[in-house]
Amino acid sequence: MNRSRRRTASRVFRGSNRPRRSGQNRPHETPMPQPQDNIVGLPFEKPIIRLQRQIADLETEQIKTGRDYASEIRQFRAQYVSLLRKTYQSLSPWETVQVARHPQRPLSRDYIGLIVKNFVELHGDRRFADDKAIVGGLGRIGTEKVLLLAQQKGRDTKEKLAHNFGMAQPEGYRKALRLMKLAEKFRLPVVTLIDTPGAYPGIGSEERGVAEAIARNLLEMSRLRTPIVCVVIGEGGSGGALGVAVGDKVAMLEFAYYSVISPEGCASILWRTGEKAPEAAEALKLTASHLKSLGIVDEAIPEPLGGAHRNPSETAHNLERYIVRTLRELRRLETDELLARRYESWRDKGKVLEPQPAEPAAAAK
Amino acid sequence: MAEETTQSEEITTPYDVAKLAPPPRKKRDVPDGLWMRCPGCEAMLYRKTVAENLDVCPECGEHFRVGGRRRIEQLADTGSFEELFTDVAPADPLEFHWSGKSYAERLSKEQKDTGETESMLTGAAYIKGRRVALGVMAGDFLMGSMGSVLGEKLTRLIEYATREHLPLVVVCISGGARMHEGALSLMQMGKTSAALARYDDAGGLYIAVLTDPTTGGTTASFAMLGDVIIAEPKALIGFAGPRVIANTIKAELPEGFQRAEFLLEKGFVDMIVPRHELRSEIARLIDYFQA
Repeated sequence: MNRSRRRTASRVFRGSNRPRRSGQNRPHETPMPQPQDNIVGLPFEKPIIRLQRQIADLETEQIKTGRDYASEIRQFRAQYVSLLRKTYQSLSPWETVQVARHPQRPLSRDYIGLIVKNFVELHGDRRFADDKAIVGGLGRIGTEKVLLLAQQKGRDTKEKLAHNFGMAQPEGYRKALRLMKLAEKFRLPVVTLIDTPGAYPGIGSEERGVAEAIARNLLEMSRLRTPIVCVVIGEGGSGGALGVAVGDKVAMLEFAYYSVISPEGCASILWRTGEKAPEAAEALKLTASHLKSLGIVDEAIPEPLGGAHRNPSETAHNLERYIVRTLRELRRLETDELLARRYESWRDKGKVLEPQPAEPAAAAK
Repeated sequence: MAEETTQSEEITTPYDVAKLAPPPRKKRDVPDGLWMRCPGCEAMLYRKTVAENLDVCPECGEHFRVGGRRRIEQLADTGSFEELFTDVAPADPLEFHWSGKSYAERLSKEQKDTGETESMLTGAAYIKGRRVALGVMAGDFLMGSMGSVLGEKLTRLIEYATREHLPLVVVCISGGARMHEGALSLMQMGKTSAALARYDDAGGLYIAVLTDPTTGGTTASFAMLGDVIIAEPKALIGFAGPRVIANTIKAELPEGFQRAEFLLEKGFVDMIVPRHELRSEIARLIDYFQA
């Protein structure tokens, strides 16, 4: 398991972004982003990829012919950086969804490799099976000992199948609950990483009560007597995500999304065609910045220029900083106070009109 | 109940409940008002007889869907329902629009058509003389979908039941979380479950009644958290919708999949109770748990 993890990681982190450390808390330098020819371009990144190719061509040309193109390359690189910045500063919600699903976006196990020291994986729900769509175990993040629950998608086809594309079944949620109870018993804080298209819609999943498993987690997480920090790192797919995302603090990576339904699903119901997914993504307000302003998440954790997949180690560093800082804050609270605040923060979620409002239609205008 | 075509629009999950469950009421070939055809046994039924029979087919026992108000009439002692939290009304926090339509307009149309503010009715009532905190979902309001108002009213009801030491009875009928309020709808699952945790800590008795259909986020939160879970006969109860599952696994679903009887067999509901016995069964349970 460990070996395969490392092998894939090195494939992902080829080139200048190879992670150099794991989880040390030293000041982070942000190097000038270099065009990376191994990055898979998204549809809206065409100009960026074109520029990237031009730079690569010039560099090859320079080596082949011995002519000096240094100043042109420098110019192109500056253009590349400013174009990347411009593009990522104004990503549409649909573009954000594409970044969140980018094939090279760091997955839970990449972050485990980068920021979790001494990870001890624990398996099984003691009732039915071990669900690999949710990985659980003990580890150290920064100075904090934690119980980690991480939704795991898998990178290549074989891994994706093994992890069921990150779509957990009831036993995944029940394993998570078993481990959370263990954490509560030993006063370990719980950290959850969320990255799933949703819970698995299958016959077995329904037969074994996936709805009950998720519901039970919501209830138990709301009263678990130890701090819980949840971070949506990629896809926050509906109830399948929420089933491990009731915490004291809920954060999202900048280009992750969190939604009640996938944009495609929403589009096919309301617009009657999945092709309207971009419009649905817009309407659902599923980005970190929208959800922060709606009071659903506490914080948007910044991603490096051009998204997490362009610099996994910097993303991991930002994630680590957030987790460590938040756990320190939460640790200062008495358990009863912690639970009172957790209740209030969930009690407050939702937007209603009261007292007896004007017509809702009027209110919306 | 809205027509078949508009219904599927309101279902918030891709969970095509309306298409699979028997159509609840009217059929076009039947003169409006007096007569109806049972979708179960095709018998022509006198509407008044059906109403007197708690909206159950007198011929085959098919349980028809019941609107929120009517459910309260059937379940609570006559005139005992004191409605609470009526001033909580829906907003349009996302300013949700789709193909020229808007959620705000949809809401006011729905409010006009049903005479309700939202999909959840909450209050205190008596069931066979036992005082309870009663939550009833209105399946006729946007398919009983769960938005911020449902979460807020139900949470207030649970807190009320906790304060007043009342048993809590919630009748579920829902197409799932409401898309038009985005992740705010999703959060209602966490919010109501958190309130139920406190109620549980305080020793409250929660009886969940699942009726046709109970799906999506509703099932994956308060519906499945009852101390005792009762289902009506043949009710569709599940998380993902049957069509979604069929599409995912590319196979046909077994007969009776996700029906109440299936859940009973798999161990996810305590009992199936016909509508005629619902009041007495709830009363009996309350007496066992509370002196």
